[in-house]
Amino acid sequence: MTGWLAHLIILPILLPLVASAMMLSLDERRRATKRALSLGAAALLIAVAAVLLWFVRESGPQAYRLGDWPSPFAITLVADRLSTMMLLLTSILGFTSLFYASARWDRSGPRFHALFLLLLMGINGAFLTGDIFNLFVFFEVLLAASYGLILHGAGTERTSASLHYITINIAASLLFLTGVALIYSVTGTLNMADLATRVSLTDSEDLALLESGAAILGVAFLVKAGIWPLCFWLPRTYAAASPPVAAVFAIMTKVGIYVILRLSFLLFGKDSGGAAGFANEVLLFAGLATMGFGILGILAARQLTRVAGHYVLVSSGILLAAIGIGGEALTAALLFYLVSSTLAVSALYLIIEPVERNADEEDIIDGIAEPVFDDEYVGAIEEEESEVGIVIPGTIAILGGGFIFCALLLAGLPPLSGFIAKFALIDALFSHVVIAPAHWIMIALIILSGLATMIAMTRAGIDRLWTPGEESPSRLSVIEVTPIGLLLGVCLLLMIAAGPVMDFMQATAAALYDPGGYIEAAGPAVSIPPESASPPIAGYRP
Amino acid sequence: MEIVLSLAIGVLTASGLWLLFRPRTFQVILGLSLLSYAVNLFIIAAGRLRTDAPPIVGKGPADPAAYADPLPQALVLTAIVISFATTALLVVVLMASRGLTGTDHVDGEDGEP
Repeated sequence: MTGWLAHLIILPILLPLVASAMMLSLDERRRATKRALSLGAAALLIAVAAVLLWFVRESGPQAYRLGDWPSPFAITLVADRLSTMMLLLTSILGFTSLFYASARWDRSGPRFHALFLLLLMGINGAFLTGDIFNLFVFFEVLLAASYGLILHGAGTERTSASLHYITINIAASLLFLTGVALIYSVTGTLNMADLATRVSLTDSEDLALLESGAAILGVAFLVKAGIWPLCFWLPRTYAAASPPVAAVFAIMTKVGIYVILRLSFLLFGKDSGGAAGFANEVLLFAGLATMGFGILGILAARQLTRVAGHYVLVSSGILLAAIGIGGEALTAALLFYLVSSTLAVSALYLIIEPVERNADEEDIIDGIAEPVFDDEYVGAIEEEESEVGIVIPGTIAILGGGFIFCALLLAGLPPLSGFIAKFALIDALFSHVVIAPAHWIMIALIILSGLATMIAMTRAGIDRLWTPGEESPSRLSVIEVTPIGLLLGVCLLLMIAAGPVMDFMQATAAALYDPGGYIEAAGPAVSIPPESASPPIAGYRP
Repeated sequence: MEIVLSLAIGVLTASGLWLLFRPRTFQVILGLSLLSYAVNLFIIAAGRLRTDAPPIVGKGPADPAAYADPLPQALVLTAIVISFATTALLVVVLMASRGLTGTDHVDGEDGEP
């Protein structure tokens, strides 16, 4: 990349930051201007991410050194296949959620757009950065924005859910810092590419310290990814958040997954000597446990938002277990699954609110006047006569269609992209020479999770969409339908273009397994001779 | 000096953790603050402990051996600012939760039936 194009890498961070800062100077009443500004910024982000993705696909990983300091002193931003893919996913989710929010949700509290753009900035930064302390800073940016967004709309349930959410995330951030400090004390660097070359040079006596640092760091990311047993906060928090916020939070667990993917391949890949394959088994078994917990949660949940929350857990579990097993084909499949499931869950969060809006009042009435005795049924049976030939209202038809689409995607039934993703996962698991018992368990859990999702979605669909209500269904605005349609359209595109997308994922997985290009782009220009690779002040240890 | 610092970190972490697991929100916030002090000290320790060594190199050629590692100090500054800000936010949420639920229990309701 040359000329102005070289500065494109920092745009996904600068653009939302500047737009958000401009938003703060605008009066809260100028809602139309704010909406136009934030939607424009989000649309531009999609374009930037797409250009970056195309560029990186053509010419390999690109690094951007802030202030043009030489690496490893500069804070680097790195755009490679994986990070630009995540950028594109984030910007799509951001755009659709903002679009949905402009129907009415952005009016339920102040500074919605500014906070939302800051959240996008934090997520983009976390995907782009090539420095673990900078990663911490971007994590804090996205968390601080998410605290504000969780509270958006206020109310007792939101406040008390966010109290838990904030507390657990501050505690996780402290673990994050501890891990970073331990890793720095052993290797003397924070640059990820530089770290990758230094891990293999670490003495065996320091290796334990480095590994414990990485493990503590890993726990911080696993809290974000929602692994069992660190996931109890997640379904409740996501259920309490307003729908557009929950829809964009679907990517937040994936930030944790992304960092684990990135660091485990860089730090503990095949070239890292004694540390290779560190903690893979822990990831596998914790992932399986998360899947099991998520499946039970899906079956037990009574509200759709809880179903979606537990589905997020299941998908985290599948991804983590797949990372734990490893293998290039499986990594490609898990990347495909990551994209497909994130889009589907996001669409589900958006569609839940209009679906439940129709049913809400009914549920309250049902609760009070549940027919317990026989004679109370009479009215219901008589009523049935008049229902023959009832016209299905347009709203219900659209919602039902979208809901079925979501259910098929989430459960992984053919022919949609969810099926392709799960099929690729299972296929990759079977292609191992030796199929270990853990692989069988994972295959069984993947299939079971599909079944559980199907049961829960069918139950909810019959309850919410087929049960005719007394009043005509409330109106559905075009602004709400369009983003849901957009998300499902992207999933449809994933299904139609599954071949090229899968090729891209395979190339991404190959690049993860051979991080030479990444290290060359982002690491120090001159490779450090082994004797000076110890900590910069190691000679002055007591 | 090492033993004093490690004892300080240990005591801060232990008291912070104990407070973090208490049922009252105020205790939780105090616990988080203590933990963040412990982590800040720990980061300083990660840069190796030295006395009488400036972190900033002057003009001209210099022997890096005579200087302390400046990076952990910069990291700690960032960490202090961030943890201060998030703690302030948590205090606000605590107050809101106290006002809405009428109790300072972390779950919004007292454990005793």
